Amino acid sequence: MKDKSIIRLKIIRVIFFSLMITLVGRLFYLQISTGENFVKASQRNAFREIYSQPVRGLILDQVGRPVVSNKSTLIVSVNTRVLENTEDKGASVIARLAQNLNIPESDIKDRLTPCGTKGAKKPPICWSGSLFQPIPVAQNVSNTVALEIMEKRSLFPGVTAELIAIRDIPKPFGVNMAHIIGYVGPVTDIEIEKQKQVGISADDIGLQNNDSIGRSGVERFYDTWLRGKPGIKVIAVDKAANIKGVVSETESEAGKYVVLNVDAKLQSLVEEQLSAAIDRARSKNYVGEAGAAVVVDVKNGNILAMATYPSYDPRIWLGGITNEQFELLSNPKNGIPLISRATQGLFAPASIYKVITTAAAAENGFDLNGTYQCPPQLEIGNRVFRNYESKGFGAISLQRAIEVSCDTVFYDIANTLWLRDGGLSPIDNPVDAVEKMSFAFGLGSKTGIDLPEDVKGRVGGRIFKKDFWDKNHEVWCDRAENGYPEVFAKDPDRAKMLQKFATENCTEGMRFRAGDAVNSSIGQGDTVVSPLQMAMAYAAIANGGTVYEPRIVKAVMNADGSVAEKIEPKVKSVLPISSETLNYLQKSLKSTTVSGTGAPPFVGFPLSRIPVATKTGTGEVLGKQSTSWFASYAPADNPQYAIVMMVAQGGTGSGTSAPSVRRIYEELFGIRGGVIDPATSILEGGSPRTTLPTIRTDGLPDYPEIDELLNPTASSSPTVATKAGAKR
Amino acid sequence: MTYWSSETPKAPSRNRFNDSFFIGYDWVLITCALLLSIIGSALVYSASKQRLFDAGINTDFYLQRHIFNIIVGIVLALIVSRFSFRTARAYAIIIYGVAVVGLMLVLVPGIGKSQGGAQAWIALPGGFTFQPSEFTKVALITLLAMVLTERRDSELVPDDRDVLFGLALAGIPALLVLLQNDFGTVMIIGATLLSVMVVAGVKLRWIYGSISAVILAGFIASKLNFIKDYQLKRLATFVDPTLDPLGAGYNTLQARIAIGSGGWFGQGLLSGPQTQGKYVPAQRTDFIFTVAGEELGFLGSTLIIFLIAMILYRLTKIAINSPDRFGRLAAAGVAGWFAVQTFENIGMNLGIMPVTGVPLPFVSYGGSSMFVSWMALGLVVAIGREIDDRVTPLIR
Repeated sequence: MKDKSIIRLKIIRVIFFSLMITLVGRLFYLQISTGENFVKASQRNAFREIYSQPVRGLILDQVGRPVVSNKSTLIVSVNTRVLENTEDKGASVIARLAQNLNIPESDIKDRLTPCGTKGAKKPPICWSGSLFQPIPVAQNVSNTVALEIMEKRSLFPGVTAELIAIRDIPKPFGVNMAHIIGYVGPVTDIEIEKQKQVGISADDIGLQNNDSIGRSGVERFYDTWLRGKPGIKVIAVDKAANIKGVVSETESEAGKYVVLNVDAKLQSLVEEQLSAAIDRARSKNYVGEAGAAVVVDVKNGNILAMATYPSYDPRIWLGGITNEQFELLSNPKNGIPLISRATQGLFAPASIYKVITTAAAAENGFDLNGTYQCPPQLEIGNRVFRNYESKGFGAISLQRAIEVSCDTVFYDIANTLWLRDGGLSPIDNPVDAVEKMSFAFGLGSKTGIDLPEDVKGRVGGRIFKKDFWDKNHEVWCDRAENGYPEVFAKDPDRAKMLQKFATENCTEGMRFRAGDAVNSSIGQGDTVVSPLQMAMAYAAIANGGTVYEPRIVKAVMNADGSVAEKIEPKVKSVLPISSETLNYLQKSLKSTTVSGTGAPPFVGFPLSRIPVATKTGTGEVLGKQSTSWFASYAPADNPQYAIVMMVAQGGTGSGTSAPSVRRIYEELFGIRGGVIDPATSILEGGSPRTTLPTIRTDGLPDYPEIDELLNPTASSSPTVATKAGAKR
Repeated sequence: MTYWSSETPKAPSRNRFNDSFFIGYDWVLITCALLLSIIGSALVYSASKQRLFDAGINTDFYLQRHIFNIIVGIVLALIVSRFSFRTARAYAIIIYGVAVVGLMLVLVPGIGKSQGGAQAWIALPGGFTFQPSEFTKVALITLLAMVLTERRDSELVPDDRDVLFGLALAGIPALLVLLQNDFGTVMIIGATLLSVMVVAGVKLRWIYGSISAVILAGFIASKLNFIKDYQLKRLATFVDPTLDPLGAGYNTLQARIAIGSGGWFGQGLLSGPQTQGKYVPAQRTDFIFTVAGEELGFLGSTLIIFLIAMILYRLTKIAINSPDRFGRLAAAGVAGWFAVQTFENIGMNLGIMPVTGVPLPFVSYGGSSMFVSWMALGLVVAIGREIDDRVTPLIR
């Protein structure tokens, strides 16, 4: 019986045959009907990609002043493909070119040698891009030379002169800002290799050889915005590598503009005043080795200015830094100018830390209206802890203790809190009031600033001791047992001392002693902070208890002036203190400027109309001169700005830093010899900008002095196409 | 002779002399497969020669391995063909189990190895790899043929329960293969399942139902992002390869250029600029047909398609004449598999099917594929042998 399956099999067989016939049909179509086109395609048979670099985005200050821009420069490029087709493989062209450009012939040859081939110099001298791309051999070529080359085309086959955009730093108001803007550098092979492993998303072209990427500061943190997207031209080439046509072309997409919260004019003043503070320190025979100043908008954590000393000229990065220059920037003898003291420097906060101890005390049962003894010295656990300059004030309020910065009051509070936690044999779940309050103020953790340079610092206390011991006790105990034979050979006494310390640390290192608690309470001992952390902490006291993440950047804008991304303020933490405590701190800091350590530098300042809340600090560093600290905010009744300045090895807070901070306030509020005129404020409009700059149709910010800031050739159209110019 | 024949009974002879070793073999079928393997060797050599030369490796490296694979395949086919195909029926469950375990092992990190976006290989010592998804095809065909005939020889048409059971059996390996991101093999499994079911005589609503289910599943998968970006991209560039000439469309475009430049007679073996210029990726495996297209031209390429069509004709012929339903379903399953895999592979070479990683049976380089293609052929040959009642298989 022929069952259903045989009929179905026959149908299936027909389907199979139609599939095969379909294939033959398609084959016929491809090979016979339209074959001609494919033979041509086969002769081309290869594609090469040529990348064109996008113009990097501008960095503008809050008003729209270009802090980093681009300028046009004439470069001469050589297409090696064309040279190879000349009779002498381009030797005579190179010789003529060298003569016209007035550079050695070997320089041009080195530039044209592909990296990795025989005799190639190290990158970036050798060429690491596509061989189908014109290779730049000279930059900053004069107009006359470029014209000469372009006019005598027949003598210079394959040579082109064109305008390209390169990074420029216009420095409005002479502003430095090196540590804020950062710098760009060429991408490394390792990064390209890493990118291959990680993979890139489909619509991202990713890093290419010869790309420049941000290496630090805003240039790095906002690199993906600033960089733009490279254009790709796909060309078809035949086996002899002759270009046969353009398969596709995608224009490059210029980078976006980054608008800072920083005001260039204010920044320039702050830089100047920081350096004045350093000079002041040095005039009093202090070393004044380093310093930092931060101006922050307390209402949102926006950084309006941030200066650091020592600094360096950011233009050093333009056109590539030499090894010698880089060495100078990272040499400890020069104070390692590469490091931003404001964001990365770690210093003992000293007395400006006392507000935190006060907050911890108030939240842990200490009466804000009570009186406290301020003796010249206090004996705690067989050790005598002295007041700064050994002055006593008798029975005083906590407010007065802050005003006059009486250490012994805080020693006693710290000791009491320490004993409450069980002292050397701690109770279960000790309160660790001061340490935890410090965390809430943002110490001991990264600030969250939108810069790659951000540090945690550390808060001395039981938690830190335990962590530190956990991490180090193996080494300590090993040293306790085996000593320091390598030191012993040179200095037996020192080796014995080191071994004694190691033994102590091995057995006792985890202990948080009374002395540690006492030292921590006045911001000494293990506690170290960055000036930026302290600025954010004082901003939190000023704004009613919100610790913001500092923000350098306000927004990212497109070249047409529309907003690409608004950078919103972000709350890092909220102070766990009652409004009573907060008010008390505010009141105490305000009165410090009137009748405390902050008063002398503010003599003659119209405090009745613009009250300022301040706290001085003079940190002690073993074996070094004292650290000058000055923390403040104003107006004390309706705070807008917080300013923190410090000078390492700089003397006292009130003597060295405070006068500079006062100057900054005078300029911010428009105070001219006791007369207050907000119209003369250093900030245009008298307060931080809330609006974004407008961008003109030519892609430049609408800022009155823009053309003076940028050089004449650049101002014509520095951000527009790079291909225009000498070519035509 | 006449004398002897009148004396001899009509009953099949059992003496050794008459039961010659090769009686009942479908020589047309075997010759076609052999010719394909020989052409394939030439193409593999042409596709790999320049690449190996440039890499500084012996230019015969892949040719030698390929020939070795063919010999192993033929030996396997020979062994399979000596047994009664009913043996496969008895061992179907075990083969299936081993294949499924293999598919699971592939997904275990450290054992499984990923190539070209699909996690489909098990690394073996000596640089050899093994692809369980290929063996799944044979395993599934035998088991499905068994399930859809077992217990129901009298009724002929499998009932709904059998169909559901069959679907579940195919579903497990299909799902595992899907987890390896191997869409091509899932497609082949589906086609095999469909062929076996159709020939088994299941109700038409099951067939329409499964086709609609596949379309629906594809739709849902794309909506729920089950389909990876690169898979969507392949589909998009399949429609228009110039969309992304250097990314996903590159294969398709280069393949088309290679094939398109072949003309009637091709550029001659080892002389295709596109092939020797190494412009087509995965050329000795998935894109082997482009070598034929460029170097052997329309005539050579059509010969390959003709040989496969001939194989399909002989396979279906054996299915029609099969001594029992199990044999019929198994032979039909193998035919469905070869047909769809061929169509998918050559189709993607010609730009009418999306790019997936399936090899061309008997032609592409790759041990696992070569072995199972020959083994499946051996199975159908065994079925064919028993049409001739003089044949005594090793085990009956």
